[in-house]
Amino acid sequence: MNSFPTPLDSLANRRQFLRYISATGLLATLDGLLPAWAREPAGLATGPAARAPGEPIDLFLRWQDLAFGGRRGRAITLNGTVPGPLLRLREGEDATIRVHNELGEDSSVHWHGILVPFEMDGVPGVSFPGIRAGETFTYRFPVRQSGTYWYHSHSGLQEQLGHYGPLIIDPAEPEPYRYDREYVVMLSDWTFENPYKVLAKLKKLSAYYNFQQRTVGDFFRDMSEDGLALTVKERLAWGNMRMSPTDIADITGYTYTYLVNGLAPGDNWTGLFAPGERVRLRLINAATMSYFNVRIPGLPMTVVQADGQDVQPVETDELQIAVAETFDVIVHPREDRAYTLFAEAMDRSGFGRGTLAPRPGMTAPVPGLRERPLRTMVDMGMDMSAMGSMRGMEMGGGKMPSGAADHGDHPGQMTGMAMGEGEQACVPGMTPCTGPEVGRHGPDTHGPGNTSVARVQRDRLGEPGTGLEQVGHRVLVYTDLRRLADDFDERPADREMELHLTGNMERYMWSFDGKKFSEVQGPIKFNYGERLRLTMVNDTMMEHPIHLHGMWMELENGHGRRIPRKHTISVKPAERLSVLIAVDAPGRWAFHCHLLYHMDMGMFRVVRVS
Amino acid sequence: MKITARAVLIAVSLLAFELPVLGEETSTPSGAPPGWPDPIEDSGIHSLVLVDQLEYWGSDEQDALRWDLISWVGGDYHRLWIKTEGEVLTAGAGGELELFDLQYGRLIAPFWDLLVGAGYQRVWGPGSDPDHLYAVVGVQGLAPQWFEVDANLRLSEKGDLSADLEAEYDLLLTQRLVLQPRFETSLALQEVEEFGVGEGFNAVRLGARLRYEIRREFAPYIGVTWNRKLGDTADLAREEGEDVEDFSLIAGVRLWF
Repeated sequence: MNSFPTPLDSLANRRQFLRYISATGLLATLDGLLPAWAREPAGLATGPAARAPGEPIDLFLRWQDLAFGGRRGRAITLNGTVPGPLLRLREGEDATIRVHNELGEDSSVHWHGILVPFEMDGVPGVSFPGIRAGETFTYRFPVRQSGTYWYHSHSGLQEQLGHYGPLIIDPAEPEPYRYDREYVVMLSDWTFENPYKVLAKLKKLSAYYNFQQRTVGDFFRDMSEDGLALTVKERLAWGNMRMSPTDIADITGYTYTYLVNGLAPGDNWTGLFAPGERVRLRLINAATMSYFNVRIPGLPMTVVQADGQDVQPVETDELQIAVAETFDVIVHPREDRAYTLFAEAMDRSGFGRGTLAPRPGMTAPVPGLRERPLRTMVDMGMDMSAMGSMRGMEMGGGKMPSGAADHGDHPGQMTGMAMGEGEQACVPGMTPCTGPEVGRHGPDTHGPGNTSVARVQRDRLGEPGTGLEQVGHRVLVYTDLRRLADDFDERPADREMELHLTGNMERYMWSFDGKKFSEVQGPIKFNYGERLRLTMVNDTMMEHPIHLHGMWMELENGHGRRIPRKHTISVKPAERLSVLIAVDAPGRWAFHCHLLYHMDMGMFRVVRVS
Repeated sequence: MKITARAVLIAVSLLAFELPVLGEETSTPSGAPPGWPDPIEDSGIHSLVLVDQLEYWGSDEQDALRWDLISWVGGDYHRLWIKTEGEVLTAGAGGELELFDLQYGRLIAPFWDLLVGAGYQRVWGPGSDPDHLYAVVGVQGLAPQWFEVDANLRLSEKGDLSADLEAEYDLLLTQRLVLQPRFETSLALQEVEEFGVGEGFNAVRLGARLRYEIRREFAPYIGVTWNRKLGDTADLAREEGEDVEDFSLIAGVRLWF
């Protein structure tokens, strides 16, 4: 049983805390900068009782100067804060949300992961014309699901300017797990630069923000470790592709301040707990471009939800949260001590940080940034048998089941073959592990807008994310996710569709099948009522968090009737994966990479269901 | 300057967008009703002005100020390029506009643009000031192993054909300290006496510049360069009593916006 109404003891704690921070003047600093939910040290107080079902919610969009890490920046606020207010809905209610656009430019709000009638989905140019400056748009939709979600602008690059907030839907039926307290932990990336200037820089020099490139010094270090021949061979292989193995993130800590609930690392967002309590953390990655590797040193995390959908609880020590994903974890701190919540940017150019503590003001050691990861030849989709042994290539070839390499027609079955139920795909801290080959690329290289293809496509669902291959503790992988509900749609797929994720990093062009959005003649057609298998192949060497509006994607990760439902799926470099979609939502829907600048540069499609 | 920029922008806008397919509105990428905005703007106009070299050459002979500027404006597939390179002798003894190219470029392969256009070349100083216009076609891009390559074929108004090739490479000593070796050569199919150009390979220029990127956009540098005239060109220079080889120390700044 959960316990939403704040327990009396934490109320008392909260009053004590408020007295404490008023006395120290801290309150004045935090007040007004943060939404109420992030300021609430004792956990979320806004239970379902705080608002009558169906009572309208008002959101005001404004430009405002706000401080991030002690420096002022111009942000788009929702009801005066970044992130915006916590919208707490209840499954079964009819939501009414009035968005008042006081920005002086067009705007929009999209309810990420929420199944709504398409006119209410909030994508300008797809579901509606947008919310004009000075106008109010009233969103009305029935709430048919529950869990942790978020909302954000779908207009231009507004999301980078602070236009996002958390959305929780309380379930009609009690959840099957127990906790005493809950917090929203919303991760994001903030820049003091104008996002359009950031984009312009990437267009001129795509490696602008990468200050972790390989140098002459790295060459000599690798040479002393691997020998001259191997090092030269490896450098030549990368040089031949004209790609950098250090290209982990397009935009980095060089310009980003990573935020936890709107607070910079030094401002240390803190959530309180009483030792022995179970604390639910609703992790939301609202960053525009940053994947985070999240851990709480000393505290294992039990993942109970992914993308708002209950999963069979799985305990882990670290998880990678792709842009736009959510994970709900429950932690159970028993000791009377503080714990650091550490959200390391995937490229390790910076971090977001918060603290869980029994009392305010306590801190725990903040881990250092680990060594920056490198892309491998597997990420490049190279044929390793042809390349021979090479740095970053000494991967578990023994895991490759024979016969898996000939075709890619039924990736779902193949993942089942590769990993039996309950089998941990990789042994953390041991040798890096690479999934089996499940396909080969055809002759089409997708034109000048695409620089490379994944010649060898792998099932990488059991692999830890970039940088987590050898961390020496448990890491959440996609094959850990099993849906809890026994509501699998048994129909076999009526139709198969394949889509390649493509791009040209040099030009900073991003696309599907080599075509930017503006280059296609019309929407992708889904047939209403069909069961569709969509296969995605990532020809680029970066992860792309692919998001489908309006319908779930059921990730074929080998768990049969228990495959998880997701709204956002991170597709690894050179990965081939497939999802099942019950096409049950008529209308026009956006389908795109959720890296904001990739989406805006063309990695975007409209899906029309009719 | 302003008028030029606007003209360039209009010209490129015309080039950058293919004519929309007429007919039903469902043939738009979004399939949305007419009058709705585009959900994303993936074909905006961007630009770059890169002053790759703005530098002072000091040598035993004559000191000179040199520039090498590359700029483009346009979309992803179609761009308008302006390139110029030249030098002014500091003693006031003249200078040379080695090239001023105005070209249309199209992305023809993932790392390569094909450029076509026209250019102008001029030498001034004591004696006659020869100049000419030429048509130019070239390829520019990133070759395997990260070599920035720019190769051109030029046909002058007098019918003289020449070719040139530049290649440079960025070697990262640290994240901000970059050593850039650079190779240039040119080849003429006919003698062009007033420019002191002989038939065949006529010059090779090797340089190395060590820059420090205070910001990505602003990097002062020092360097060395070695120039050697070759073949008939070298003979022409000897006849004029000029050196066929020189070595210079360089100090300059690389900047872009």
